[in-house]
Amino acid sequence: MGHPLSSPEHARHALLYMWRIRKFEEAVEDLFGRGMMHGTMHLSIGQEASPTGMCMAMTLQDQITSTHRGHGHCIAKGADLTRMIAELLGKKIGYCGGRGGSMHIADVETGNLGANGVVGGGIPIAAGAALASKMMKRGTVAVSFFGDGAMNEGAFHEAANLAAIWQLPMILFCENNKYGMSSSTEKAFAIDNLADRGKGYGIPGVNVDGNDVVAVYEVAQAAVDRAKAGDGPTLIIAETYRWKGHSRSDKNLYRTKEEIEEWRTKDPIPKFIARVIEEGILTQEQCDEIQNEAIEAIKAAVNEAVKAESAEPSGLLDAVFKAVSA
Amino acid sequence: MSDRMLTMAEAVREAMSIAFDERPEVFLLGEDVGIYGGAFGVSGDMYHRYGAERVLDTPIAELGIVGAAVGAALSGMRPIVEIQFSDFTAQAMDQIANQAAKIHFMLGGALHVPMVLRTPQGSGTGAAAQHSQNLEPWFASVPGLKVVVPSNPADAKGLLLSAIDDPNPVIFLEHKLLYKIPGRDPVPEGATRIPLGVSKVVREGKDLTIVATGIMVNKSWEVAEKLAAEGITITLIDPRTISPLDMGPVFESVEKTGRLMVVQEGPAHAGFINEVIAQMAGSSSFGSLIAPIKRLAGMNIPIPYAPQLEKAAVPQIDDIEAAAREIVKNWR
Repeated sequence: MGHPLSSPEHARHALLYMWRIRKFEEAVEDLFGRGMMHGTMHLSIGQEASPTGMCMAMTLQDQITSTHRGHGHCIAKGADLTRMIAELLGKKIGYCGGRGGSMHIADVETGNLGANGVVGGGIPIAAGAALASKMMKRGTVAVSFFGDGAMNEGAFHEAANLAAIWQLPMILFCENNKYGMSSSTEKAFAIDNLADRGKGYGIPGVNVDGNDVVAVYEVAQAAVDRAKAGDGPTLIIAETYRWKGHSRSDKNLYRTKEEIEEWRTKDPIPKFIARVIEEGILTQEQCDEIQNEAIEAIKAAVNEAVKAESAEPSGLLDAVFKAVSA
Repeated sequence: MSDRMLTMAEAVREAMSIAFDERPEVFLLGEDVGIYGGAFGVSGDMYHRYGAERVLDTPIAELGIVGAAVGAALSGMRPIVEIQFSDFTAQAMDQIANQAAKIHFMLGGALHVPMVLRTPQGSGTGAAAQHSQNLEPWFASVPGLKVVVPSNPADAKGLLLSAIDDPNPVIFLEHKLLYKIPGRDPVPEGATRIPLGVSKVVREGKDLTIVATGIMVNKSWEVAEKLAAEGITITLIDPRTISPLDMGPVFESVEKTGRLMVVQEGPAHAGFINEVIAQMAGSSSFGSLIAPIKRLAGMNIPIPYAPQLEKAAVPQIDDIEAAAREIVKNWR
């Protein structure tokens, strides 16, 4: 796509997608609150700049793997909002036909290989996608989004090492939101800077303000360029914060109100709005229109999804395997 | 008709080579599959014939290897993963059971995982408890995995070709004692495929039906040969694919013989072969049985090291023979 400040169109895209993610998550929370969704949900409110900045450095053909907290990645990569909401509502037109729910949305058309219910599960898969890209000389990059919690999984270690030794076109994108459920990074790591782990694999480890979509885009583009030039993977640590609890059962016993309030002042959206107005790329009115556009898009998606036909149990047995073609 | 007698290692290598020649997206990855030729020599000279890019040596990282295969399979390749011992699939189980097996279903059919995971299993090499297990039930109990247990070189070749063609993840469990033994039947030249999910009636008799898996097919064959000389004839059925399982020939046979014995090397408790018994118990053919179903399986213990202990842990030819004689003699 390109730099968020390179044109009004780019700035508009960055702002629109951050708003889309924010408003999507708020709608999901609302639907849960009203008892219209079941299961669980993991909201990424406060983290919108990271997926938006990363995906603006990617093409449609570039691939991602995502996490249980994956709505933002999905939206930033270009997924259809109606099909996403419909999936969460257990509808037939949902991305997974109601079989996956919030944690398992994939979208082949936008290179999204799927969110993942297992922490770290998507990292080796992204390494494999990058391996395929390299073997088929496709020129694409595979980005694995994961949280700080995943960096202590063996899957992270094994995938990072494979990507490094095979010089795969891969980006390991950590959204360091400071907590793996209730475990703080202070408790779960004996190092201060997670990016230092890159050294252990012989790959660059880069820190970035994950709430600054411009900064995220810049490190992301550098990593994409590096990967596509055949110079191998990059570990990006985007410092961010989830405003909401881990999931719906979270009572926030492990962190303080003050800490949450402090991070709310680092909201990535007003920060970007102030910048684009200051630099004369968009006006306040244009920014307001973009916000309204996102609100309307989510409303329309919810309305359409609510009305859609429910998924039916018939045919489940036939869905386990892909049919073998004769 | 060809009369080539190959070992299972040779047959598996031949199938992989045919698939390599047919499809550029097929590749092999695993520990020491390259110059070393595989821990059991299965990949052999493939590294020299196809190069390091298609016969990909990996670090010792089973979870990463299988995960990379899943990701490559999602992205247009057809990986064959070799896990050096089936015991080590424990290291990779998230990618096998939570990822590969579920992706097609869970993601609404948007993606699929055309991956084959080949791995040697079984006891008899003195390698003790962490290198000798039969883990069929681990895989067979996960919806979304196809599971193949070949008992001979010709089947191994044809089934592996079908497994590579299959758009779904296939776990291919090769008994390591069969790698170096030539089969009883010649291995056809060329790309002869055997469909997954079709049981094979290995021989037909009238007194007893034996359903056996993997190396137990071979042991049961020896017993059937010996007893045939005495006038006791046995129908021997090899399911070959344990997921999905084709029970048709078993029902048909039991209706003729009235006696059923099931044999597997893995531990009896919650073992795969119990599924055969359960399906028989619930079928209309159950009424044809004139004898209780006999189950011969491994002891419910880890495989021990010393040769006499190791042999005692799993059914041997003598055990199968004694059980077969008993069921035929006692139930008339």
